[in-house]
Amino acid sequence: MIVIVTLVVALMLSAAVSALFFKDLLSAVIASCLVSLFASILFLFLQAPDVAMAEASIGAALITAVFMIALRRTKRYEE
Amino acid sequence: MSETFVLVLLSAAGLGVLLCLIRFFKGPTAPDRAVAVDTACTVTTALLVFMAYYFKRQIYLDVALVYAVLMFIGVVAIARFLERGI
Amino acid sequence: MLPLIGKIVTSSGVVFLLLGSLGVFRMPDVYNRLQAGTKCTTLGAFLTIVGVGIMEPAWFWKTLVIAVFILITNPISSHAIGRASKKSGVELCDRSVVDKSRDFEEYESNL
Repeated sequence: MIVIVTLVVALMLSAAVSALFFKDLLSAVIASCLVSLFASILFLFLQAPDVAMAEASIGAALITAVFMIALRRTKRYEE
Repeated sequence: MSETFVLVLLSAAGLGVLLCLIRFFKGPTAPDRAVAVDTACTVTTALLVFMAYYFKRQIYLDVALVYAVLMFIGVVAIARFLERGI
Repeated sequence: MLPLIGKIVTSSGVVFLLLGSLGVFRMPDVYNRLQAGTKCTTLGAFLTIVGVGIMEPAWFWKTLVIAVFILITNPISSHAIGRASKKSGVELCDRSVVDKSRDFEEYESNL
């Protein structure tokens, strides 16, 4: 069990660090979507299905849609 | 017998998520990353149902249901942004 | 008898999931990756989820609802990504031999 939790946390951290270093902000938003995916798996392994449900709905759908509207108003690439 | 069966299938689906993650880090353009995340989300939905069978609790199926309905909205939002029409 | 059928169906579904992920990893192009990653994965997820429903007969209708949702939403999202990447100017790989969309644009410009 501890091996699986460590692996999921390592993958989540790698996705989160990659979101910092992308120059394309759309890729950074996709990386944050991936972070919420691994966080949902992690909450399910720690036996909290209600928190996993909230994390899946907010992190997958709502954050991505709001960030897409925000990127529409501003620039896509950072220099 | 049943324990090892479930563990082998869980690790195979986890290997699928890992391959999608490698494509996410390598992918040259943004649509490549969107495709990788879309595939990873579908594999993850199957993985969540499988984990519900492993833990023998029916409440875990609701997480997979919410995931199957709502992951679609995020991918469609990304696609509409790329198409310049949100 | 019923758990054996469930195990066979679930194992074949996981094999399809693994092959779809391998296609996403190996293919040379966005459109090839999309095709490999959406067809194999839809069939694999459907077989896996229905197989779990066969192994636990009390859960069958709920797993069927999840599988039908995946069967509806996965082709829609893949179609949206393919259309968006075509419109945002992603090129095909140099080994591809036919491009019907470019042929249609040339035909419309010559009209």
